[in-house]
Amino acid sequence: MSTENTATGGYYFAPPSIWPVVGSTALLFLGAGTAMWMNQIQPWGGVCQVIGFAILLYMLFGWFGTVIRESESGLYNSQVDLSFRWSMGWFIFSEVMFFAAFFGALYYARVFSIPWLGDFENAFLWQGYDAKWPTLGPYFEQNPALVFQTMGAWGIPALNTALLLASGVTVTYAHHALIANNRSGLIWGLVATIALGVVFLGFQIYEYVHAYTDLNLKLSSGVFGSTFFLLTGFHGFHVTLGVIMLTVILFRCMKGHFKPDSHFGFEAVAWYWHFVDVVWLGLFIFVYVLV
Amino acid sequence: MFMNANSFTNGQPKSGTGGNRLLGAAAAIFALLINPLTALASYDVNIPEPATSIATQIYGLHMYILYFCAVIFVVVFAAMFYSIFKFRKSKGAKADVNFHESTLIEIIWTIIPFFILLFMAVPATKSVLDMKDTSNPDITIKVTGYQWGWRYDYAADDFGFYSTLSTPWNQIGQPGEPATEKKGDDYLLEVDNPLVVPVGKRVRVLVTSNDVIHGWYVPQLGINQYGIPGFIKDVWFKADRVGTFKGQCSQICGKLHGYMPVTVVVKSEADYAKWLEESKTKWNPKKNEAVVAASADDYTKVHTLAEMKAAGEKIYTTNCVACHQANGKGTPPAFPALSGSKVVLGPVDGQINLLLNGKANTAMASFARLSDTDIAAVMTYTKNSWDNNTGKVVQPADIKAKRKA
Amino acid sequence: MASATTHDHGHAGHDSHDHHGPGPWTRIFTTTNHKDIGSMYLWFSLVMFFVGGAMALLIRAELFQPGLQVVQPEFFNSLTTVHALVMIFGAVMPAFVGFANWLIPLQIGTADMAFPRMNNWSFWLMIPATALLMASFFVPGGAAASGWTLYPPLVTQGGIGVDMTILAIHILGASSIMGSINIITTILNLRAPGMTLMRMPMFVWTWLITAYLIIAVMPVLAGCITMLLTDRHFGTSFFNAAGGGDPTMFMHIFWFFGHPEVYILILPAFGIMSQIIPTFARKPLFGYASMVYATASIAILSFIVWGHHMFTVGMPAAGQLFFMYATMLIAVPTGVKIFNWIATMWRGSISFETPMLFAIGFLCMFTLGGFSGLVLAIVPVDITLHNTYYVVAHFHYVLFPGAIWALMAGVYFWLPKWTGRMYNESLGKWHFWLSAVSFNVTFFPQHFLGLAGMPRRIPDYAMQFSEWNQISTIGAFALGISQLLFVYNVVATIRSGKKAEQKQWDSADSLEWTHLPSPVPYHTFETPPDLRTAKPAGH
Ligand code: HEA
Ligand code: HEA
Ligand code: CUA
Ligand SMILES: [Cu+2]
Repeated sequence: MSTENTATGGYYFAPPSIWPVVGSTALLFLGAGTAMWMNQIQPWGGVCQVIGFAILLYMLFGWFGTVIRESESGLYNSQVDLSFRWSMGWFIFSEVMFFAAFFGALYYARVFSIPWLGDFENAFLWQGYDAKWPTLGPYFEQNPALVFQTMGAWGIPALNTALLLASGVTVTYAHHALIANNRSGLIWGLVATIALGVVFLGFQIYEYVHAYTDLNLKLSSGVFGSTFFLLTGFHGFHVTLGVIMLTVILFRCMKGHFKPDSHFGFEAVAWYWHFVDVVWLGLFIFVYVLV
Repeated sequence: MFMNANSFTNGQPKSGTGGNRLLGAAAAIFALLINPLTALASYDVNIPEPATSIATQIYGLHMYILYFCAVIFVVVFAAMFYSIFKFRKSKGAKADVNFHESTLIEIIWTIIPFFILLFMAVPATKSVLDMKDTSNPDITIKVTGYQWGWRYDYAADDFGFYSTLSTPWNQIGQPGEPATEKKGDDYLLEVDNPLVVPVGKRVRVLVTSNDVIHGWYVPQLGINQYGIPGFIKDVWFKADRVGTFKGQCSQICGKLHGYMPVTVVVKSEADYAKWLEESKTKWNPKKNEAVVAASADDYTKVHTLAEMKAAGEKIYTTNCVACHQANGKGTPPAFPALSGSKVVLGPVDGQINLLLNGKANTAMASFARLSDTDIAAVMTYTKNSWDNNTGKVVQPADIKAKRKA
Repeated sequence: MASATTHDHGHAGHDSHDHHGPGPWTRIFTTTNHKDIGSMYLWFSLVMFFVGGAMALLIRAELFQPGLQVVQPEFFNSLTTVHALVMIFGAVMPAFVGFANWLIPLQIGTADMAFPRMNNWSFWLMIPATALLMASFFVPGGAAASGWTLYPPLVTQGGIGVDMTILAIHILGASSIMGSINIITTILNLRAPGMTLMRMPMFVWTWLITAYLIIAVMPVLAGCITMLLTDRHFGTSFFNAAGGGDPTMFMHIFWFFGHPEVYILILPAFGIMSQIIPTFARKPLFGYASMVYATASIAILSFIVWGHHMFTVGMPAAGQLFFMYATMLIAVPTGVKIFNWIATMWRGSISFETPMLFAIGFLCMFTLGGFSGLVLAIVPVDITLHNTYYVVAHFHYVLFPGAIWALMAGVYFWLPKWTGRMYNESLGKWHFWLSAVSFNVTFFPQHFLGLAGMPRRIPDYAMQFSEWNQISTIGAFALGISQLLFVYNVVATIRSGKKAEQKQWDSADSLEWTHLPSPVPYHTFETPPDLRTAKPAGH
């Protein structure tokens, strides 16, 4: 922590900007639209969502465009750079806590609620429920139509683990290339990382189709399905974001952005990518291996 | 340490609902000012008189903690008000700016509270362990929360019954239309069928729920336990005297959360035995087949429109009016109108099905607990009131048929 | 507050490098100035305070006597729910963020927040969120009626209003997280040379720790209500026993957020106290270091006490005992703070302007609220008090004279600095004494109601509860109306208060008083002050 620092007047404080209110408008539409969509108020729900999403994209392009322009025109001194580092770090911490909620749910279901449902008192309510993970839950279990199989860990998931770990290596390679001012190494490193990410997502989608069609493993498959799909789903969503960000960075690199000594945009995305990577390791162990 | 726990000398029972209770309150506040602790020890302003060992411990524990807090309070506030009066600028006090750190004092006032807390934790821990020990009960009763009422099942004697608010709605009133009846002393605390238990026996209560979370709460028995749908949680009590003990649902459970009282009647061994015998026949579905045939609820009997409508109106005002309103217009969409409703005007089966099973994820609970005749009657009433005049009479037999199926 | 805004228009002209948009409207929407944004936060929260208060008054009106007179039970439950959400997420939290915006850059000696654009977005996210929350009253099925704790399965019965509430909370969470990241970054990275961490004013410290709490628990809440949403609409069964889930799981996740949340509502208040009390005792804050450590310990402990909201769900004895002990422990660091404040007054030279009155009121009332909290922490006692009005009394004692009074004390304290004008002292004193009396008339009787067993969240009650409820309702209306004095005083000050000096309070020693004129100019510390030699504030 920088307990002692000598701030100079050089810190760049952003001038007034239209993007924040644009973003809020987007969220108003998105919120209202989603609420309506979830309650089958159509087409309005869908319409609002589309409008909201469009405005959001407009805002993202505009906002990040501005930041990139400012950065490239050298407005950001080392102290601004440090601000970005702090904030990215704390942002990733908040993401960690978000996933913690879902891992917590998985832990609680497996360690507490399922055994309780199977215990002596609850025999009053659920005769003969054998509380073993994976489970459909004491009531759903009685419905043969719901019975599902679990996703084996050592097929695609293991492969996916390898892919993500590899992508961690490639992005680090790209980083070193950037520092060594080896632009082609940088670009190919990024391309490889993105490719690995995309393949990962492809497998993930295939896996979902497989789950729904062959394994009868659905979002509605009791608490197992709930935790399985929300954990892997939110992770997949984050990988998607990561891939998009990497792509942006790739294009910036192609345009010659970033210097060997100042390239936090790149590092931020790299950090994010590693975070997504680590979350996956947690998933692989707790969702796939330890069923 | 619990010496004050059992000394109820200054505990007068709850005064009635006289007009000048406001005065009483003012008096209590005054009493509070002159002597907080005695005032707090009287039941007007404290936990109601305990009727079980646990409740007694709770009462004592509360007083015990309260005394600690009172002492700390006096010490802390003495120091504060001393400085407020002694060190005021207007009295020319000069600030001693060097007095802004003293590791010693700071350590002292970190340690002392810690030890005070230890003194509180010890007896608390003792009662927690006591509370949680539900072993070797004499009776086990299953309590199930419903929107909005309770079901009590005497597992061993296989019978059970429902217990719902018996305060008539015209004592409660509606915004705009004031109550037409004077509120009784037991307003909102009276039920049709109370839970009955014998005195001096360990009663183990298995609390659960049928829809949303409810709270089975009887202060004088020292019990407050959530009923959680799909789970059973057990608590116990041993009433040390005969009497009637009242409580309410303690966890918000929807529209009528405030209208879901709990009443426990503690009877002497003999009276309990008598009650048990009656109840076995009265409430046991199998045993009472025979009884039923003779009783009012003879589902083979065929009724006329007039008598069913009249009977139905009573059922309606006790069970349905809260949501669907006296004028049958409900408060849509949460509580749909029955006047002109498709379900009501449509085929009988549809409505029977709804009444017997309720509607998932809505406040429409199952009314299977009502007798065949009652359901038939209330259906007849809805089919022939307000804008509805189908002229249809629903017969108990129809319901019986559906129940079987 | 806003005169910083209005006033600076004149000032703007001869301000060479100043970046306002043209008209006042463009400026409101696009500003990146921490003072503008602080003022917007404060005005917004004041409005929400009155909206939430109006709901509270409706609640109290219905509870004036037994029977249903004013509202339908279902609507009553919605009022209770939204009253709480509005007060917590709409009034108290934004108000503290407003203070953070105004004061942190001034107190650590920097020109603005680290991310001015994101700062503006944090504020503007409040608007769509509140819009969704308020609109939920007017949709079919009405607003969420499950209490602010949104326990399933009850919320599952609700209509689209519940979804709007959930999405509103998502947006508010995003706003709080961005705001907190901004605050942490500003504090850690933008301090003026010489402003070491242990030299920072306590208000900055408490916000640093609060921001950490927010970033740690808001995402958990987001995850929690996301599960609610999927349970409601996409067939998951996190909180449904039929599918192997458990409603109790929701409570655990919710309260893992919920308890730290209540300290999020009080730590910045502690910070404000630690600025005001030394100023009017004309003495440095007693035990600065231990204040910092105490605040940190409270924050850390707050992560392991959440179970005290769930003693009646039937958790194992071991769980109950653990949460009881952990909860009781929090009394120690909190006590340290109380004692330090009293020691600050000790051997001081105390004067009793309005901010100090509110500060002393805070000390008394918060301690009482803390005691009732401690009573509730004792498992067996909580069994009989859980979900009764005793709990309602407890948290209003820590929230109204706690959070709200700290905010009002802070406004009176910094208004001269912000607006360059002095509020009306005697009106301020009236506001304090009226609030103090009517608050206790409102909420003290609720302890008795709770002990006597009156459940919370009910629109109607048994006869024996009548008179205390009547007193409480009378108090509530008095309390409500007294708050109008505050609004009048603030507005009157901004428009016509008499001129304030730079050091309106002779012994205030943080940078905004020692280095900046009143009112503070629109742009401050564009070259940070060098404090490496200066004597640290509050020491
Ligand atoms: C600002 C908000 C705030 C604060 C600061 C606190 C502070 C505390 N709260 Fe409170 N609490 C709430 C807001 C807050 N609470 C809310 C909103 C709810 C209800 C939520 C809901 O259900 O809707 C609640 C509910 C609540 C419960 C659950 C009650 C129930 O639902 O059954 C409990 C139980 O343990 C509790 C305990 C405490 C304790 C021990 C403290 C401690 O931090 C207090 C510590 C302070 C002191 C003890 C006083 C000063 C100390 C001294 C003078 C030192 C010497 C003292 C001793 C040694 C005793 N609170
Ligand atoms: C910071 C938080 C905060 C604050 C400040 C308040 C302030 C008040 N609260 Fe609140 N309250 C909560 C947080 C808060 N509350 C929470 C968390 C709950 C739990 C909810 C739940 O159970 O889920 C709760 C629940 C709650 C209940 C229990 C409801 C129930 O269980 O059914 C009651 C009942 O008396 C109550 C009353 C009041 C009153 C009288 C005030 C007074 O202080 C308000 C004073 C009034 C004003 C300041 C407004 C003045 C208005 C006018 C003068 C009228 C003009 C109007 C306009 C101009 C719009 N509150
Ligand atoms: Cu049942 Cu509240
Ligand atoms: Cu808490």
